[in-house]
Order: sequence, then structure tokens, then C-alpha cells
Amino acid sequence: MLMENKAENKAVFDAESAKDVAKELRDSFVTGKTKSYRWRVTQLKAMLKMLDENEPQIVAALRDDLSKPEFESSLYEIQMVNNSCRLALKEMNHWMMPEKAKLLDTSIAKTSLTTFPSSAEIVSEPLGVVLVISAWNYPFLVSLDPVVGAISAGNAIVLKPSEMAPASSSLLAKLVADYLDSSCIKVVEGAVPETSALLEQKWDKILYTGNGRVARIVMAAAAKHLTPVVLELGGKSPVIVDSDINLKVATRRIIAGKWSCNNGQACVSPDYIITTKDYATKLVDSFKCEPERFYGKDPLESKDLSRIVNSNHFDRLSKLMDEEKVSSKIVHGGQRNEKNLQIAPTILLDVPVNSLIMKEEIFGPLLPIITVDKVEQSFDLIHSSGGKPLAAYLFTNNKKLKRKFVETVSAGGLVVNDTAVHLAIHSLPFGGVGESGMGSYHGKFSFDAFSHKKAVLYRGFAGDAFLRYPPYTPGKLTLLQALLSGSIVGIIRALLGWFWA
Amino acid sequence: MEKSIAELRETFKNGGTKSISWRKSQLKALLQLINQNEDSIFKALDQDLGKSPVESYRDEVGVLKKSVTYTLSCLEKWVAPKKAEVPLLFLPAKAEVMPQPLGVVLIFSSWNFPFTLALDPLIGAISAGNTVLLKPSDLAPACMSFLVETIPKYLDNKAIKVVAGGADIGVRLLQLKWDKIFFTGSPRVGRLVMAAAAKHLTPVTLELGGKCPAIVDTLFTTPSKAKVTAKRIVGGKWGPCTGQACIAIDYLLVEEKFASTMIELLKKTIKRFYGETIKSLKNISRIVNKHQFQRLVNLLKDPNVANSIVYGGSVDEEKLVIEPTILLDPPLHSEIMSEEIFGPLLPIITLKNIEESINFINSKSNPLVIYAFTEDETFKKRILSETSSGTVTFNDSMVQFLCDSLPFGGVGQSGFGRYHGKYSFDTFSHEKSILHRSFYPEIEPRYPPWTDFKLLFIKLAYEFDYFGLILLLLGFKRS
Repeated sequence: MLMENKAENKAVFDAESAKDVAKELRDSFVTGKTKSYRWRVTQLKAMLKMLDENEPQIVAALRDDLSKPEFESSLYEIQMVNNSCRLALKEMNHWMMPEKAKLLDTSIAKTSLTTFPSSAEIVSEPLGVVLVISAWNYPFLVSLDPVVGAISAGNAIVLKPSEMAPASSSLLAKLVADYLDSSCIKVVEGAVPETSALLEQKWDKILYTGNGRVARIVMAAAAKHLTPVVLELGGKSPVIVDSDINLKVATRRIIAGKWSCNNGQACVSPDYIITTKDYATKLVDSFKCEPERFYGKDPLESKDLSRIVNSNHFDRLSKLMDEEKVSSKIVHGGQRNEKNLQIAPTILLDVPVNSLIMKEEIFGPLLPIITVDKVEQSFDLIHSSGGKPLAAYLFTNNKKLKRKFVETVSAGGLVVNDTAVHLAIHSLPFGGVGESGMGSYHGKFSFDAFSHKKAVLYRGFAGDAFLRYPPYTPGKLTLLQALLSGSIVGIIRALLGWFWA
Repeated sequence: MEKSIAELRETFKNGGTKSISWRKSQLKALLQLINQNEDSIFKALDQDLGKSPVESYRDEVGVLKKSVTYTLSCLEKWVAPKKAEVPLLFLPAKAEVMPQPLGVVLIFSSWNFPFTLALDPLIGAISAGNTVLLKPSDLAPACMSFLVETIPKYLDNKAIKVVAGGADIGVRLLQLKWDKIFFTGSPRVGRLVMAAAAKHLTPVTLELGGKCPAIVDTLFTTPSKAKVTAKRIVGGKWGPCTGQACIAIDYLLVEEKFASTMIELLKKTIKRFYGETIKSLKNISRIVNKHQFQRLVNLLKDPNVANSIVYGGSVDEEKLVIEPTILLDPPLHSEIMSEEIFGPLLPIITLKNIEESINFINSKSNPLVIYAFTEDETFKKRILSETSSGTVTFNDSMVQFLCDSLPFGGVGQSGFGRYHGKYSFDTFSHEKSILHRSFYPEIEPRYPPWTDFKLLFIKLAYEFDYFGLILLLLGFKRS
């Protein structure tokens, strides 16, 4: 009886509701409330408090949604957002300051003489009312990290968490309403209908984290309103493993980036490995013993591995593993528990390059190893495998290989001799290219992503180059040519124009 | 056409556009193209738009020469990777951001500045190492033909191509996959471009337009300042292609009591610059074609609008000329006050108090530029913080276009993305993050099995609480 009443009372979030939310936030934004430094500071401090006082609840929600180990929840979801808040609180003053634009650069003095005397600066202003659509795999991190950026830039915000992590979504809705300014920051829960309703409205910026299919829908909706977007997508992030390296450390770092990142369900998880035929055996052996040290003899019993998010993805991953020419290539792992939605760390060797597992982003605990004759051939393999990935990794001690890697591989970000850690370095922009996305954030890049950089030119009344104005005589043309080309004589004559106005 | 694009992709894949020497050679060739063909460029601009050589040099040829020269002098600096700071915890490590070309880019340009708006983005695309397909506007046919014929004579045909044609060619091009699309034009077409780009997740830069207002505060106490203001307003309205420019002043906002003085000053300046009557009109472009001419004439059809004309209003359909026209307080709901004018009609809106201009501007969508002629520092601050536009220029018009160190672009309905100077290079680049790590030392707490100790360790590490870490390691902190 009670449940029925609840169902009836729960309002449907439709186009009208979306319009109301957008209007309410716009009205709030127009009052200038979110622009004030104080408001931004209070919101960020409130978020810190929110994370601090609710860590157990957040960990519990993530355990419900993903069986995420406490360590991962604490570190990658709570601590990283905490860091972003603290960085913003520390640097925001600095980020908000206008940036002086150099007008009189000695190397281009001739350029600026046409606009002298003047001064110029670039002023950051909030875009307005922004929409953040987040993903299910790091429900707190990819919801709140963009929100931190949007707050620090002075915007009003709607956050739409993923319905595929329902416990996290509803906890986010509750916490944001309890701790943050609900007249300016709102959470809208729901699935496709609610997201579509939101996408019909006009936003000043949309930041979407997720997959390429939905990203196209988001960008097409944004096009109707000329809304700029940041799309944080994914791809098949390759790991090239050279020989003559510290194999143990390399293996551990790959394991950490793969199975200790939500059991491979992370946009920057190593997707597949490329190594030489000669080195493959050593590598496979290393991968046969190291995981046990991390997850125990029976990984399905380990508390340190996330489960697969839902049965759809479980089935998808099973299909990848069970494909005819692929299932025989499993050299380690492969254990599954459908009821608990668990798949153990699984290594495959030399799957066919045209198999499903090599065509789409795996986003799970399966790690194929592809072998090539020479390690340099791995670059061709990466480039032929479709879209540019979000990340690419290389383990090597060879300087030349490092240089070639860095110069030729196109990906959102590259890491040499490690995996995934670049996310934690806030001085590096985090974003994709091509199929892996557009735009970037983290650190100051978050602030920039949600700001409009307004160019401001201050001119005085003195120094009006008569050359600018009609009557246009051939004489003026010559002078203009001289001025724009920087000839001294021409410049002097142009400056004399000050007295001829 | 698909073959051309395949060739562009092949050239890019083979690294043909990567080297700095290639980029420099192309830029130098472009400079040569402009230098050796100035007269033909002037001729084409005169044919399409009636631009005089001085206007053409000032707004197109000169701008481009400046842009290429500046790019050539800065290219090495821009291409170099930039170091990024690495927190102590991650050392030893090296972090940097390296710009990389996006790949095969498509540039759509507009008809009003057919050379600048085609070649300035091209300069950016080349400097960033991309291959390019340029689609100039067919509404400036002589300029388009010039580009189609001349570019292949100077630039690397395998990497830079120009395609002629109208909207149908544009539509076909948009079906294909590009690594970037750069579009200058109207918001209506901007939407179509972005929607098409969405299918391929292609990033876009949209340089659109809007109604660029000019606020005129009390400057009439000083006659010389008033004169300069009038010149800059006239120069900023009718100077660029007779008002057919995205950054031209669209309308004026002035206090009631100064309106008549303003109008008199403007009239004097207009007569001096452009002539007294439509028959003696000189030093000014014409309207690009019949369609635009008709559109502008229609703006004046409304009797309430026609009645507000205080100067000008004459048109010459044969020559596609409309004389500089000033209107005083046309009805605010009329089309001339709701659409971007893009022509030689200047409405003056009077206000009781100039501060009202802020609300007035905010009632319309974000323009590309807000011009404000004022010496009141408080008012300047208010304009900056209470309005939103691509750019704000105080006490002048148009010149912000020449500043290579200022980003040029819109916000809201006036577009997104930006270019000019280094921003052109950036807009056609992907900033790739790179982190170099060493195998040693190893931080054990990264790895499972997780323990409380490891958790506390990483927490402290993340907070860069190095002292706390030391305490923990020495056993003085309990997990």
C-alpha cells in the first residue's frame, strides 16, 4: 500500500519539469549570486564537508552499485574530488583574475602600433547555467569533479547522475540537496526520458561523460541551441610492452590500472596489450602469478575487485569471451559467477585482430595480449584499430621508442611506464581526441571549461590614425602598407597622424 | 570530392604536414601569394563588394600579411611541448603537454571578408600541421574563383585544397567525417554545421554574429573626444563592408539629451567620409547581392521604421547601394531591432540614463562585441561584469580584430571557440598530455590487497601531507 502511494506521488520529470528547472537556475544565475567569490568558496567548502561527513554512506552506495572495494571508493571517488575542491579553493582567486594580454611585444611591435595606445586583458566569466551528465562507473568522481569546476567558474548547475548506479544517484541527490545551494545547484535523477527532457532545454555548456553513441545524441541536442560541449568518452587504450624492462613493476602497474580500477570498467583502463612475440611468454607468465598476489587464489572471493555493473554488461563481456576463435585464447582466469555478476581477471593471448573483443572498447576485466614481430609495429596496429583512444601506455627503457611513441601516437593522454595515474596530475588537461572526445578538464582546465574568456580592449582617445578613415586616397594606401609592414618611415608618418585628426 | 578528401587523409597519415619546415614553407608561400597578387585581390573585392583598395588592404590583405608574419615568427615556440608541474608524490616523473594536429580540417568562410575569413583560419590550420579543405562562399564569386585558381599555384595541393560551390556542396561536405570544422557565418547555418558534426563527434569552432551595440556615454563636453568618438562610430559601422560585418556596430545606445548632438556629429562625419548624397557616394562598399539588398530594404518598409529615419534612406537598386542611414528610436519590436542588421542602417536608441544600456543589451542574445565609449571607470566595470559578449572594446571600434594576443570569438548565440594569433594554432590542435614515469621507486600501497594502513597512506599522499606520511611510516600514526 505504502509503495503504491510512493509510486503515485513521485512526479514524472518531463519537458515541463526540465523547463522549470532550467528557468529557476537561470533566474538564480541572473541575480549574480553564483558569480561572487564568497558563494563559490562556500559551495566548495560545503562539498568538502559533504564528502567528509558521508564517507561511509558513499562507500556503501558504491558497494551496492558496483561492489567497489572501499579502497577504490575512498581513493578514486572521495579523495580525488576532495583534492579538486582543495585545489580550487587554493587557486580560485588566481584563476579568476583577468589575464593581461601583451599588446606591445617587441617581436611584433609593428603589429601593435596600429592599436597603440591601448591595453588589453582577458577576463573569465561564467558561462551561465550548465548541465553535467555523468557516468555509472565512477558515479561520484565524474559527477562531482565537473561540478567543482563549474562552481569555481561561477555557474549554476544541473547534475544528471547515471541511473545505472542507482544507490549512488539517489545518495548524490540527497547530499547535494542537503549541503549545497539548491537554488543554484540541482540534481535531476532519471534515465533516458529525463535526460532527453533536459537536453531539450538551452544550456550554456554541457559536459558529458560516457560513450560515443550517447555523445552524438548530446551534441546533436546541443547544436539546436549552439551550446558548446565537453565530451569525455573512451576508446581502446593500448599498452605497449617492450622487452628489457622491470617486468614485475610493469605488470603490477598494468594490473593496478586494469583490475584495481573498477575491474577494468574505467575509461582509462588498459584495454589490450601489444608486445613482441619473443617477449610474450615472459609477459604471460608474469600475468599468471602477479594477480594472485593481489586478489588471492580465487579472485571471485576477493573483496578487492569490483563486480560487473549489471547483467547487460555481464552478458556483453561474456559474449566477448565466448566468441568462437577467442575462448580458446584464454591463458589465465576466465572464471565467472553470473548470479553475483562477477568475472575474474582474464588474460587472452593472440586473439584474432578482427574479433569482437578487439573491435569495441572492452570496459571489463578481459585483457587480450596481441603479439607483433617488432615492437615498432605496435604503432601501426594502434593507428589501424579505429578511433583515437583516451589514453595510451608504453613500458620501455628505450629512449628512441619513447620519443616515437610520444610523437606519433594520437590519444587524449599518454603515459610512459605507468597506467592511469595521469588523472591525478592536475596540471595535465584530461580529455580525449577524435572518438575519445573533445574538450578537457581537471585542475585549472575545469575552471576554463566552464568559463567564457572575454577579450577586453581599452583604448584612449589620443592617437587616432587618420589612415583608418576615408577619404581613401592612394597616398593613404601606401602609408597603410608601410605601417602594417612596419617600416620605420611609414610608422613615423602614421604617428604624425595624431596631429592631423 | 571524396577522392580529394581521401588524398588529404592520406597526406596527413603519411606525415606530410607534420614538419615545421613544411608548415613554414606553406606559410611563406601564402605570403608570397598575397604579395604577388595584391592587385588581383583588390580587383576581386571590388567586383564582389565594391571595396576600395584601402579598405581591402586594411581589412583583408594587410590583416593576412600581419597574421602570416606573426605566425611564422612564433611557430617554433607554439609547437614546442609545454612542461607541466608534477606533485612531489609522483616524482621522479616528467609531465608535459604537446600540441598535435587534429588531422583533416574543413573551413567554411563567409562572403563579407572573403579573403580574411578564408585565409586567416587556413593560417591557423597549416601552422598546427593539418591538411585542409577550404570552402569559400559562393556569394563572393570573384574572390572564390581567385582562391580556387590561385591557391593550387602556391600551396601544396596534396595537403591544401579549395572547393568551389554553393550550399549544396556545403551540405555534401558536412556528411563526411572531418577532424575539425571551422565555420564563419550565421547562427542558423551554425546549427546545421554543428548537428552534422555531431554525427562524427567532430569538434567545431563557430564564429557567428549578433547585434553588436555601441554604448555612448557623456563625451560631448570635450569637442575633440566627441569628434573622435563620431569618427570611430562611423568607421565602425560603415567602414567594414558598409556594415556587413559580424563586428560592425549594429546599433547605438545614447542618452536622450545627447541624441541630437550625436546625430549631427555623425552626419558631418558621414558626409566627410562618404559624400553628401547617394549619387556622390564613395569610399564605401556596396551590398553584396540582390537578396541582401532586398532584405535591408524590407527592414525600412515598416512605416514606423521609415518614419524614424533622420538621415539617409536612399537606395540604388541597380548599383546595389544603400546610403548610410541613421534612424532615431525605431520601434523596439521591429525587425531592424530584433535581427542582426548586417548593413548600412544605424538605429540610435535613446535612454533616460545610460546605465539602462546594460539591461537593454542583456535583453538580447550575447553579441560578438560590445563597444562602449565612456571614461567612467565604474560604468566600465559594470559593463564588464554585468554583460556577456565575445569581446568588449572601450572607446573604439573594430581594432580588437587586429590584436593577435586577444582571442577572437563569441559566446552564446554569437558562437564558441576562438582564433587569431596563437589561438588559431590552438584551435586546430589537440593538446596531448604526456606523463613520463620511472620504474623506481615503487609505492606499494597502490596495490591490493588493501589494508587500512595502505588506505591511510594513500589518503595522506593525496593530500600531499608528506609530514603525515613520514609519521605513518615511522609508526607514529595509527590507521
